[in-house]
Amino acid sequence: MTPARAEAVREIFRPGGPADERTLLSTGSDISQAPSAGEVAADRFFRAATMAVAWFTVFLVFWVVLSIGRQALPSLRTYGVAFLTDTVWDANRNAFGILPAIVGTLYSSILGLVIGTIFGLAIAIFLSEKFLATGLDACLAFLGLADNAWFASLPSRLENLLRITIELLAAIPSVVYGLWGIFIVIPIIRPPANWLHAHLGWIPFFGTSLSGPGLLPASIVLAIMVLPTISAISRDALVAVPPKLREAAFGMGATRWEAILAIFLPTAATGIFGAVILGFGRALGETMALAMLAGNANVISWSLFSPANTLAALLANHFPEAGKPEVAALMYAALVLLAITLIVNIVGTLILQRAEAGLKGLR
Amino acid sequence: MGPSPATANGHAFGAHEQMPDGTLIDCNINELHYGRFKAVRDVSLKVRKGTITAFIGPSGCGKSTVLRCLNRMNDLVRGFRLRGHVIFRGQDIYASKIDPVAVRRHIGMVFQQPNPFAMSIFRNVAFGLRLNRYKGSTQEKVESALKQAALWDEVKDKLRSSALALSGGQQQRLCIARAVATEPAVLLMDEPCSALDPIATRRIEELMLELKKKYTIAIVTHNLQQAKRLADTTAFLYVDTSAGGRTGYMVEYGPTNEIFDNPREEHTKQYIRGEFS
Amino acid sequence: MERPPNRTAVTSEVDLESLERSLRRPRTLLSFTLSALTGLATFAALFPLFSVLYMLAKQGLAGLSLATLSELPPAAMAPGGGIGNAIVGTFVVVAIASVISVPLGILAAIYIVEFGPETRIAAAVRFAAKVLTGLPSILAGVFAFAVVVATTGEFSAPAGGVALALLMVPTVLLTAEEAIKRVPARMREAAIGMGATPTQVVTQVIVPTGAPAILTGVMLAVARAAGETAPLLFTALFSNYWMSTTHPLFLPKTMSDLMRPTASLAVLIYNFSGSPFDNQIALAWTAALVLVVIVLVFNVIGQSLAGRSSD
Repeated sequence: MTPARAEAVREIFRPGGPADERTLLSTGSDISQAPSAGEVAADRFFRAATMAVAWFTVFLVFWVVLSIGRQALPSLRTYGVAFLTDTVWDANRNAFGILPAIVGTLYSSILGLVIGTIFGLAIAIFLSEKFLATGLDACLAFLGLADNAWFASLPSRLENLLRITIELLAAIPSVVYGLWGIFIVIPIIRPPANWLHAHLGWIPFFGTSLSGPGLLPASIVLAIMVLPTISAISRDALVAVPPKLREAAFGMGATRWEAILAIFLPTAATGIFGAVILGFGRALGETMALAMLAGNANVISWSLFSPANTLAALLANHFPEAGKPEVAALMYAALVLLAITLIVNIVGTLILQRAEAGLKGLR
Repeated sequence: MGPSPATANGHAFGAHEQMPDGTLIDCNINELHYGRFKAVRDVSLKVRKGTITAFIGPSGCGKSTVLRCLNRMNDLVRGFRLRGHVIFRGQDIYASKIDPVAVRRHIGMVFQQPNPFAMSIFRNVAFGLRLNRYKGSTQEKVESALKQAALWDEVKDKLRSSALALSGGQQQRLCIARAVATEPAVLLMDEPCSALDPIATRRIEELMLELKKKYTIAIVTHNLQQAKRLADTTAFLYVDTSAGGRTGYMVEYGPTNEIFDNPREEHTKQYIRGEFS
Repeated sequence: MERPPNRTAVTSEVDLESLERSLRRPRTLLSFTLSALTGLATFAALFPLFSVLYMLAKQGLAGLSLATLSELPPAAMAPGGGIGNAIVGTFVVVAIASVISVPLGILAAIYIVEFGPETRIAAAVRFAAKVLTGLPSILAGVFAFAVVVATTGEFSAPAGGVALALLMVPTVLLTAEEAIKRVPARMREAAIGMGATPTQVVTQVIVPTGAPAILTGVMLAVARAAGETAPLLFTALFSNYWMSTTHPLFLPKTMSDLMRPTASLAVLIYNFSGSPFDNQIALAWTAALVLVVIVLVFNVIGQSLAGRSSD
């Protein structure tokens, strides 16, 4: 700064000079106004409020764990670890054990997950490779209709429609699937199930007959509910495979499926694995379909046709009529369910975050 | 009339307050850093009332950075630090007691990419009026602003339609209308024509000559013809790579005809002659 | 004299036949079979959807009438009756849940995108939302039971609302976050350049611009909440009566109207699905039809809003 300029600046800031508040405040008005005290206060308040809400959301997770834990505490002390290994649930005798429910939860979820993953992955591949659109394009070319504008737009529109329809599977409420399961699925699979039991009953999976509700119908409906999740996330993972890799694969002369199996699936593997884990989490927590279809029976059996129970179904079926001691036991069961699902979901989220990060390096 | 409202910190910017020689903004930057990167050094210029001041220079010389110092838009960049003073109406706008939001109410900006809001044309132009709680007739001010931006005839029948449906050149004129609706003391323009085609550019340049009668403008441009046509005063900035980094600095500053016809510095001569730009 | 070394040809004549695509070649056959299998799987997965919709239409439409929509649930084998209070109850509980969850989700999303991006709290919020997405709905019911029912001593609609709100917050938050992020940065810059305070930038520019996408998230969350049964079993239970008999639409008018067990479509379906009585089973189907229609309508509105906001 030159001395002259420094002098000018000092002149501005001296008392009574142009920068003196009284001088400035007495100048006239124009349209531009500094924000009022109210605006500034509102701004500070709003920003603080959003931060408080954000903190609350994190706190919410802990609150859920804490409140369920607190409810379960009396039972934890009363029943201890035996709760996890006892097999009887009898409100009249105050005897509570959730081992059948735990086994049922795992068995039905794994079964539902396996079926759901097979279909979900197949759908994800079908959608990500746009087989429908490609096939329709070939048909159009064969029929000579490829030049027609309306026909030409059809394949991609139908492809979109297909994707949306698959997503609709997830929109149907669980209780409606349960209702449908009772009146459609069970009657349909009962004859073949009982045939299998009659002829191949020595195989543990077919060890009992299917009288009504059972593990298999419940798992089938569970698979239907879980496959949209697996399909959507897997499809995202497959679509995220960088175009460079696709070009490289086809450039080497691989067929569509060789590319899919050898390159695309492995690249998307982390994302698909995350999808499966999250699907597993969903299956573990699914309540209504299982409450209505599994049979609410505290038995442990390998048989697919045996009635069974899950932790969530146990809660749903027993709570409405439960007296205080039974409610306390149910809270303990809820805590166990919370622990299982929290772990699975956290692991799944972490895997998916790693998948996203991993793909960033490939671009 | 009456006292203008104070900022939350108790300091106000009154109506076009100026120092004796008509200076509205007296900008002195010793050093400007983004984190550890020294982006600009040694800039000293004045923006005088009723004139157009142009900042020219090659890419990366810090012209936009300097422009954005004038309305504290650089505050948005992480790690921004300024050593220097920017005196606007007798206040250093970088003093800790000054609210940058208040600064921006008085110093408007038009950006390189047209950026109208996702609202109707009317509400875009009225945005500043609403923000400043304008008590008069918004309709009149909107119409006046659109006329000043030479856009009124084209949009007067569709003021309620979406601003995003306008062409690029129209959108930029809308942004100018939006900026002048509140009659800011100074209007900053950051390469306003570089995203537009030559015809739209020409219209906006004509516009600026009209706007000069009412507003004080500081403009960054990489188009030398534009600077020569429009600006009263020009500052030429260049890049200093001597220390291994890329630091912008002001090479020369003065009346436009002197800068273009009789530059003192060698860099300026070469730039004007088009040897590098 | 040296002879030039024998050069074995690197490229033999290309067998053009091998370039042809033919199903007789194992690679092509395998490819085709796998494609066919995945296609079959995809269309097989659609079968449950169509079967459900068909059953809903067949069984549900039969019982659908103005009477069914406006009357109270019948006793076993009693003629007539309807799902009126269940419809009102679903509406009330979901409304309470929305009033709680929508502001929470949107405000939190505003914070993590606008005011505190890249802070650790933002990452924590995002992680918490993803974890809550996977929370079993029945545990949301248990939570609301512990927090609301235990303290107020009543099974009630607000308790149900709290449970559903817990399930809605993650969806609203994550979709609002995406919606706000999609608002072009230059619009934000323009608002700041005009001298808007950070709050004004959000409330006058960002949120209005992102509103369609935010609404999509809200619609999808509402659709999911309307169909939830398990949480309500722990909180709102069920009721065979109207919430208020004096209100023209049977909506609750006083606090005491609100603070008691409330019917809902989802719980009605669950209760009646296990009933041995045909009239109740028929009502279960009708209720399922109404519920699915409500859910699909909200889904479709949400999707169409999403389509428009991408313009």
